[in-house]
Amino acid sequence: MEESTSTIKVTTPPDRGAKAEWSSDQKAFKGVPWGKAMMWIFLVSDTFVFSIFLISYMTVRFSTKIDWPNTSEVFSLHVGHTSVPLLLIAIMTFILITSSGTMALAVKYGYEKNRKVSAILMLITAILGASFVGMQAFEWTKLIMEGVRPWENPFGAPQFGSIFFMVTGFHGTHVTIGVIFLFIMARKTWRGDFDKGRRGFFTSQKSNYEAIEIMGLYWHFVDLVWVFIFAFFYLW
Amino acid sequence: MSEGTTQHPLKIYFQVWTLLFVFSAFSYMVDWYQFQGYLRWSLILFFMMVKAGLICSIFMHMWWERLAIKLAILLPCFAILVFVYIMWHESYYTLIIRRLYFLVTGS
Repeated sequence: MEESTSTIKVTTPPDRGAKAEWSSDQKAFKGVPWGKAMMWIFLVSDTFVFSIFLISYMTVRFSTKIDWPNTSEVFSLHVGHTSVPLLLIAIMTFILITSSGTMALAVKYGYEKNRKVSAILMLITAILGASFVGMQAFEWTKLIMEGVRPWENPFGAPQFGSIFFMVTGFHGTHVTIGVIFLFIMARKTWRGDFDKGRRGFFTSQKSNYEAIEIMGLYWHFVDLVWVFIFAFFYLW
Repeated sequence: MSEGTTQHPLKIYFQVWTLLFVFSAFSYMVDWYQFQGYLRWSLILFFMMVKAGLICSIFMHMWWERLAIKLAILLPCFAILVFVYIMWHESYYTLIIRRLYFLVTGS
């Protein structure tokens, strides 16, 4: 099973430069599987959705007369008698990065057709993702108990609640969808669907190991979005 | 990087993974040590950009893609910066109007 030194032969047409490929007939992205190109285009559109959320956050935060709540205090946790700022958020960040690493390795082992290792790595990724969502649910519960609502909160500017629920809620939804698909992909990989050319339950299409890379693109994107949310919403 | 053979050595994934951990720890330390003002904001932005760059280029394999698809994905994102610029000014305008209004009405 140890084949980490094997090379994967991928036949790609010669690169004639971006200008020639963009202006060519039939295909602009030569050598790129259509599923991957479609996932990238979806991710670009999703980038716009999350940017609009973060831009609206910037707009309400800059235009409010009332002070924005101090996130360092709002998201602190008590360990014993000391209050540790942003503890849960830091743990969530590290969990998501860990899951991104396991996913990257799953893609690598997938291309080496090492299906069992790839499936186990995807399963670990899914479990880490599920624990992330669990912690987010805990965070939401804690804040709701403290009286944070989309229209008011006891810490400062009332817009804080609506931005918090919208941005983290939308991100959490993405993570949840990712976890569901990771479980499905792990099962398909473990069963050897990509080796046997078994048709998908929903699409009735044959698939191959590129599907793991496409799954990986989505998962890394979820991590990427969290990097921006962590920086702008929690740390700023 | 596309000479017909694509091989991503295991080492690079572990290197990037470690770097992501280190930079996340750094950005958490920005809050831990309570840096304020421009130092805080520039450090947050710097660590954010480094992490985003590493995830996008190595984990999402953007580094190994062809220029045609790189441009198709990365160029539209610059439109976001234009929107940020517009709304930045819009928000300050709103704030000034609010301050003025509350000053006149006294609330």
